[in-house]
Amino acid sequence: MDRKIRVLIGKPGLDGHDRGAKYIARALRDAGMEVIYTGIRQTPEAIADAAIQEDVDFVGISLLSGAHNHLFPEVARLLREKDASDIILFGGGVIPEEDIPGLKNAGYSAIFTPGTPADKVVEFINLQMENRQ
Amino acid sequence: MISTTDIIRGIGEGSTRAIAKALSRVENGSPDSTTILDKLFSRQQGFSIGITGPPGAGKSTLVNRMITRYRSSDNTVGVIAVDPSSPFTGGALLGDRIRMQSHATDPKVFIRSMGSRGHLGGLSGATRDASVILSAAGFSPVLIETVGVGQAEVEVAELADITLLVLVPGLGDDVQSMKAGIMEIGDIIVLNKADRNGIDQLESYVRASLEFMPPHQRKPEVVRTSAVTGGGLEDLWNAINGLVSEQTVKDRKSRSAVKTLDGILKENGIVFSKKLLELEYNGRKAAEELILAGRLSPYAIGKQLLKRAERIFEDHGSK
Repeated sequence: MDRKIRVLIGKPGLDGHDRGAKYIARALRDAGMEVIYTGIRQTPEAIADAAIQEDVDFVGISLLSGAHNHLFPEVARLLREKDASDIILFGGGVIPEEDIPGLKNAGYSAIFTPGTPADKVVEFINLQMENRQ
Repeated sequence: MISTTDIIRGIGEGSTRAIAKALSRVENGSPDSTTILDKLFSRQQGFSIGITGPPGAGKSTLVNRMITRYRSSDNTVGVIAVDPSSPFTGGALLGDRIRMQSHATDPKVFIRSMGSRGHLGGLSGATRDASVILSAAGFSPVLIETVGVGQAEVEVAELADITLLVLVPGLGDDVQSMKAGIMEIGDIIVLNKADRNGIDQLESYVRASLEFMPPHQRKPEVVRTSAVTGGGLEDLWNAINGLVSEQTVKDRKSRSAVKTLDGILKENGIVFSKKLLELEYNGRKAAEELILAGRLSPYAIGKQLLKRAERIFEDHGSK
């Protein structure tokens, strides 16, 4: 069996700054994962539906506009609603410390703030996969 | 984990999750993948279109336009979009969806991105199986987008009922269009980016090359499109519809069904070879060590495995 870790990187909302999202996508690719990047300005619905069709293990959401408290939980809610709560969520972007506990409560296993080395994200994913098996 | 029976039943009921899980099972070569495919094989319906061409030719944008067109006439559409996997890490950046995301929330469009996973013909090893699943789930057409190809990746033509070869201006002279390989497989040759300079020259190269075709061979139609503006899409639509009704497509279906056996034989060969390695050398690792120590060549090992297999068959026959 040739099982690959599949990750969807999504950018919801209206900000078009996707350098961070691309940086992470590239780093995960180089760590041997299959990364589906869906581009900027996605609705939470489009991200959740794509994640289910692509049967990914992880969804990583990147947001720099400040709308994370609304958009992050919405993706989580939609995945639950569509019977896909086994997909592990993580987020990244300009997110104030005080918002992180709320996002974790909403179903995000990790939030990565600016300056996080890409290795940390790779490590997080590998660890989650081990725990799952 | 969702059971094999639930996956098969779910596909019958049109469950997106079940279809997605089935695709993963065949991609990962799970033990139950042949059971799933066996159940679905006879349920296939409709037809498939392969879309191939060099990187950046506009294949994904064209696929996006085709989805829109097929949806407007109430077809359900399946898409398999293959992008290359790294030969070093096995990782892949699958970005074809970016151009198709406007259809992401349409339940009658199923888009799946696949890494080529070391397969070299422009597709992935599991693309054929994925196409079986999507057409058994009722999607028609199934659009199969290859990785950006060079000159020799012609596998899609063996799989899809109709093949579109997408070319763009600026990729070389008239001799390029006379070369064997990719230039031979298009049922329709799509000259995309028709809004760009060089499109007239490209068309004259392609048409000149077609002039040399043997008279008994069917000449592909040549269609100009601009996937970005939507120009020429109706011509492409008409050309495809012309082909769908033809006998050639029906013949191809039978050929493709038989071709499926090739892949299965290859996979079975790998499974049996592993078992033989186990019997003869205590597994692959030990066999590798013999090669590295200079005691046996890989060819000697291959020969030995075949001998062993023959002995097993003989013993079996004499009983």
